[in-house]
Amino acid sequence: MASITLENLAHSYLPNATSEDDFALKEIDHVWEDGQAYALLGASGCGKSTLLNIISGLVTPTRGRVLFDGEDVTSLSTAERNIAQVFQFPVVYDTMTVRQNLAFPLRNRGMEASYIAERVQRIAQMIGLEDALQKKARGLTPDLKQKISLGRGLVREDVNAILFDEPLTVIDPHLKWELRTQLKSLHQEFGYTMIYVTHDQTEALTFADKVVVMHDGRVVQIGTPKELFDTPAHTFVGYFIGSPGMNFIPVSVQGKEAHTNGAVIKLAHDYGTPAGELMLGIRPEFITLAKKGGMQVKINRVQDVGRHKFINVTLFGAELNIVADEGFSMESDMTNVEFDLEKISIFRDDWRIDPVAAHAGGKGTR
Amino acid sequence: MEKPVNQRAWILVIPVLLLVAFSSILPMMTVVNYSFQDTFGENIFFWVGLEWYRELLHSERLWDALGRQMLFSAIILSIEIPLGILVALNMPKKGVWASVCLVLMSLPLLIPYNVVGTIWQIFGRVDIGLLGRLMSDLGISYNYSQNAFDAWVTVVVMDVWHWTSLVALLSYAGLRSIPNAYYQATKIDQASRWSVFRYIELPKMQGVLMIAILLRFMDSFMIYTEPFVLTGGGPGNVTTFLSIDLVKMALGQFDLGPAAAFSLMYYLVILLISYVFYTVMVSIDKSEAKQ
Repeated sequence: MASITLENLAHSYLPNATSEDDFALKEIDHVWEDGQAYALLGASGCGKSTLLNIISGLVTPTRGRVLFDGEDVTSLSTAERNIAQVFQFPVVYDTMTVRQNLAFPLRNRGMEASYIAERVQRIAQMIGLEDALQKKARGLTPDLKQKISLGRGLVREDVNAILFDEPLTVIDPHLKWELRTQLKSLHQEFGYTMIYVTHDQTEALTFADKVVVMHDGRVVQIGTPKELFDTPAHTFVGYFIGSPGMNFIPVSVQGKEAHTNGAVIKLAHDYGTPAGELMLGIRPEFITLAKKGGMQVKINRVQDVGRHKFINVTLFGAELNIVADEGFSMESDMTNVEFDLEKISIFRDDWRIDPVAAHAGGKGTR
Repeated sequence: MEKPVNQRAWILVIPVLLLVAFSSILPMMTVVNYSFQDTFGENIFFWVGLEWYRELLHSERLWDALGRQMLFSAIILSIEIPLGILVALNMPKKGVWASVCLVLMSLPLLIPYNVVGTIWQIFGRVDIGLLGRLMSDLGISYNYSQNAFDAWVTVVVMDVWHWTSLVALLSYAGLRSIPNAYYQATKIDQASRWSVFRYIELPKMQGVLMIAILLRFMDSFMIYTEPFVLTGGGPGNVTTFLSIDLVKMALGQFDLGPAAAFSLMYYLVILLISYVFYTVMVSIDKSEAKQ
């Protein structure tokens, strides 16, 4: 296992990239700590697979360096980096048995037969493939194939990190949970450094200790699931994490007041008088519908999904989503909303800003 | 639950039945009819029963032609299939050159059979042909119209030139359908080039290769035009394959009865071999999937 350092990393698929738009991956500086489980979360095409392929050595970055435990591996091949990678679609050697599949990387490295047999047995036990060892890989279900794919990575003892590129895409929903739990317990038991790429926030939040959110070729926030939820550093994080995502209202801010369409929303903290394009962000969970007080809204629709109610309202011309708990009973004269003031975030040009006063509750974000 | 019965569906089948009847079944039945009769012209026929079949099965001429035919198909397949795969593996994967390659490769496939024959007929002529003249100037004895071996080499080379592209294009299509992740995984596993071919590319090409082999087998087994244009089946009988022999019998000698029996047996052999081949391939496929 190793810690992975990315230094001034940037990548463009164009041969001579000049402007920032040419880069699929914009400047990234980051250390992936040894033995941690990370999730790389972002919408399709945001550069997360590019980043993964740079780490595994399948793509050589245009700029910057990749270091494993402080050692420069930028020019090393994938095999020399000792990386295991599980792909979106299960990659197995169809004509081989499960046993031969697992033994393949070791055989290619010229290991002794007795060592290979023992190692394959151990790994099969670890990932629960013992019963399938004699079977041909071709006829197996996708989840077992993904396990083989994972096993081929784990079978090498010197593996530095395990990378997952949306590994559960083709797995049946009821097996996804099981496989993810198994990955998590593998991580806890053996302490592999794991990087897990996904566009599914549930997957990311349940799998990882730290979630790295990417947007438009850039890492916008790295944090625990709770940090991402409570203090999103970028409007994208607010919008992407949570279901439904954060509500945004364009505002102008003066001290402890936010102005929008002539109305005033009180803030818990003093933000001074920031310039630029400002947005007030509040999660649907922190808005409550009430009979009076707060601000008056127009209710558009209510969806009852069992454990929650999703309520869509219009406030000052902007649509807001509200999530109310199961116990909440809706009444026809509930026409006002109240914001949980502590949970309001202010964004300037899409980035979260902190209140000016030192005693402010909003934490630093990066 | 009982299904509703509706006989009107037959009406929808009738057009196809008619089409197949007039295009295949009726002409074939005429051939069957001929094969049991003898004629001396003027539309007078005599019933001879299985006479023609018996005669043909004991005729050396048919067995010799069949032997030559089998040998030809075997040579063709053992050259074109590996060569086609090799070409496909080395074709550019994308970009302008991939398109250029594809166009160049499909050119031979678009040339009519008898033109291919004519091209090689002229190309190999010792007096005016580029190849034939060059060979004789170099002191290599090459004469397809007199030497049996040279005739065979020319027919084989001609077919390889004409049809390897088909195998290559099919293999190329098979190769292109392999997701990139497979190649990336093999890199991670440190697999050798041979392993990549043996465990990734070949299994993934299995389906298209089966079609390629089947097509090339059937087509080479029925080859007529090229050797006919080149030497008319000669020198002597050395390139007289089944089709050429059949035409000689039917149109040259006007032995309609034996020729009809010949074509039916010819047809059955192709059908049988193709069926066996197909069944074996499919059952291999199935048993592998089951394990």
